[in-house]
Order: sequence, then structure tokens, then C-alpha cells
Amino acid sequence: MIVVENIYKQFGGNKVLNDVSFTFEQGKTNLIIGESGSGKTTLLKILIGLHELDSGNIIYDGRVFNQMKLKEKRQIRQEIGMLFQGGALFDYMTVEENIMFPLTMFTDQSTEEKLDRVNFCLKRVNLENKNELLPAELSGGMLKRVAIARAISMNPRYLLCDEPNSGLDPKTAILIDNLIKEITEEYNITTIVNTHDMNSVMQIGEKIAFIYEGSIWWEGNKEELINSNNMELNEFVFASELFKRLKKS
Amino acid sequence: MIKSLKNLGDYFIMMKKVMSKPEKYSMFFRQLKLEIHKIGLDSVGIVIIISFFIGAVITIQQYLNIEDPLIPKYLIGLVTRDALILEFSPTMIGLILAGKIGSNISSEIGTMRVTEQIDALEIMGINSASFLVLPKIIASIISFPILIILSVSIGIIGGLFGGQSVGVLTSDFIQGLQYEFIPFYVSYSIIKTVVFAFLITSVSSYFGYHTQGGAINVGISSTKAVVYSSIFILIFNFILTDLILS
Repeated sequence: MIVVENIYKQFGGNKVLNDVSFTFEQGKTNLIIGESGSGKTTLLKILIGLHELDSGNIIYDGRVFNQMKLKEKRQIRQEIGMLFQGGALFDYMTVEENIMFPLTMFTDQSTEEKLDRVNFCLKRVNLENKNELLPAELSGGMLKRVAIARAISMNPRYLLCDEPNSGLDPKTAILIDNLIKEITEEYNITTIVNTHDMNSVMQIGEKIAFIYEGSIWWEGNKEELINSNNMELNEFVFASELFKRLKKS
Repeated sequence: MIKSLKNLGDYFIMMKKVMSKPEKYSMFFRQLKLEIHKIGLDSVGIVIIISFFIGAVITIQQYLNIEDPLIPKYLIGLVTRDALILEFSPTMIGLILAGKIGSNISSEIGTMRVTEQIDALEIMGINSASFLVLPKIIASIISFPILIILSVSIGIIGGLFGGQSVGVLTSDFIQGLQYEFIPFYVSYSIIKTVVFAFLITSVSSYFGYHTQGGAINVGISSTKAVVYSSIFILIFNFILTDLILS
């Protein structure tokens, strides 16, 4: 479980996060939704310590992350699997080397053991026998799946995903969504997905936080979201014709 | 002025992160091997070509400038040798490598920054500055002196060929090469080279590591890396020459 308490963050004079409090639950797919520039990426970066917060607390299963020294933060980060928007695979490494990288850095496993783990992770994301390909040779969907495989290679306790469906066709996007949900349930991890893709919200949104102008404006699950009367939320979620029809029905 | 001071402060903060114990030595040595290949071996070709022709040109110019028949011809070999050891090889090759290696390092690290690969390293709990930059610095400190010794050797061979093309006797040239050789000049040259190696890699890494934005900014960082590395080479060349030789 990850708890954020009263988080404030501003860049220069611009308030980006304003008293944000939320609990990301274990074993559930927690979604952060909101318009571009609403502060959701900043929140995700604060959660992993890439941005310092101005005030508030981030608590990873009882451990106050923001009060830790850099070395202690690095320990926590080893428990986090992160899926970046563009995949962030190391482009000079093959698929196999990318997934093996955290295992090489942080375990004393033999090459055979590491290879077994790599093949297991690749099988889990339905990408068997793609070990020797370079990231430049992968399609967008494959790239995301390799990134997921790398994120789960160390058996993380927390999985953080930044816009996992950006740039993907709807069919591949659903595949990625389902994969994230399955992994979350299978390993009982705390997953946070940062998205503005409403298909994702309807597909995997078990606990949803809507950020509006830097604050948590609304929270609930996907059923509550459909029936909500919150004006700002409805304007955001039901912006397209398709979702307007869904709301009416 | 304030921006320059901020950059200097950021540079030292980054270098503090860089100069830390590698997290995994096997990975560090793997990276080091790759960097020695990229920084050292891949630069051998350009160093050989430039050194050969500059050595030849230095010799021809000396020959053409010495008109007085009383000045012995073996001085051409001596001047070529000392010019190569003292200035041409460490400084000129340093400037050329600042262009080749500096832009390469800066654009590589800058691209990693804008494609979130550096963030990915940090999230994994890795000291990204040390992981990326330290092997490059060590590799350049190992490779550059070897390249400079190679440059002096090839420059002398070039000088020999250049001399022959204008009628300098090989025996005169070789006599000049051996005449009043001061071994300390080689030490001085190596000291300068090591400092330049450190400057090129650390300054270029700094600009790459602090790239923000997209492809255009990677290009800007790359240009800055070359410009600032070259300026620092010239400034430190002056300081080191003043400190060591005077």
C-alpha cells in the first residue's frame, strides 16, 4: 500500500499539487486520471522521488519515503517496477539484456538463473523467443510489453505505470491494460496507473483518483465514476461522443 | 554570472555523485571495456590520419623556414619532435577528440535523459551519474595517453615522409629526433593529456546529463559540450604549461 498525505508542490510560483491525499491499495489497479497539465505526472514523479515535494508525506507500507536518505530511497526503489510512457528501454541492449539488467545489478544469480527469469518474464508478457531483438526492432506494443517484463523481473512490490497506452492502437492498449491488471492480481502488488485513456479507466479502474487543478477532485471506482454527478469529472470523462452515449444509456 | 555559478555548482554536485563506488564491479568493468572501445579504439583512425599529415606539414614548414646554411638541418627533426610532444599531440588532438568524443558522450547521455532511460536507472535504485559517467572518465584517462603516444609516433613518421618529399636527409632528421631529448617533456605531455581527458568526458557528460526537452536540446547540449570542453582545454593548457614548464 502506498499512502500520500497532504502533498504540496509548486514550480516557481506555479502550484502544481495542492493538498493531495490518497491511498493506493495493494492488489488493486489504482488509476490517476486527469487532464494534461493537471499534475498527475508530477504526482507520479514525486512518488518515486524524481521530484522533491514541498510538504506532505509518501508512505510505502509504513515507511516514510520522503524522510529517507538517498541510499534508503534507492532500497525502496529496488522494490518498484516502473513502466515509462516511452518504455525507456536501454537502446544499446537487447531485449534479454534489458530484462536481465536489474537482476545483474542487484542479485548474485548465475547466468542460467537470470536467463530462466528473463524467459519467464518474456513468456508472461507473451513475447517468447524475442531475446535477441534490439528495442529499435520492436513495435510500440512489444516495446511496452518488454518494459513490463523488465519492471516485473525483480518481483516488485509496487508497479508504477505512466501513460502505458499512449501511442498504441485500441486492441494493443487493451492487451497492455489486461496484462497490468493480471500481474497486479497475480503478485498482489500495489499498482498505480497514470492515464487519460478512458478505455483504460473502464477496463481496469478498480480505484480511481481524478486530479483537477492540482487537487484530488473525486475518487471512487469505475461504476461510481459512470454514475457520478461531479461536473468537472463528467466534462473530462464524457468528453467524447462515445462516452456521452455510454453515460446516457 | 549567476547562471555560470549555478552551472559550476551543478557540475560539482554531479561529480560528487559520479565519484562513488560502483554498485556492481562486474557491470562496471563491462561498461569500462565498452567505453575503452568507443573512446579509445574508435579514435585510433582519426588520430593516425591527422598526426601523420600534421607531422609532415610541420617538417616541411621547418625546412622552408630554415634558409640560413649555418643552421644545421638536424634541427628540423628536433623541432618536429618537440612540437609534437609538447603541444601538437596533447593539445591539438585533445581539441579534436573534444569534438569527436565530447559530442558523442553528450548526445548519448542527453538522449538517455530525454527518453527517460536515466530516470529508469534511478527508479531501479542505481546511481545513474556514476553508472554512466565514471566508466567514461576512467576509459578516457586510460585511452588518451595511449592515443597521444601513438599520435607523437605517427607524427614523427609523417615528418620523416614530409622531410623526404622536400629533400631533408633521413639521417639528419633522425639525428634531430635523438638530439638533446628531454624525457620530462613526455611526462608533461601525459599529465596534460590526463587532465584534458578528464575535462572532455566530465564536461560533456555534464551537458548531456542536464539536457531537458527533446531532440533540439540534445543537439544544443552536444554543441555546448564541444565548445566548453575546447575552452577548458585551452585554459588548462595555459595553466599547466605555466605550472609545469616555467
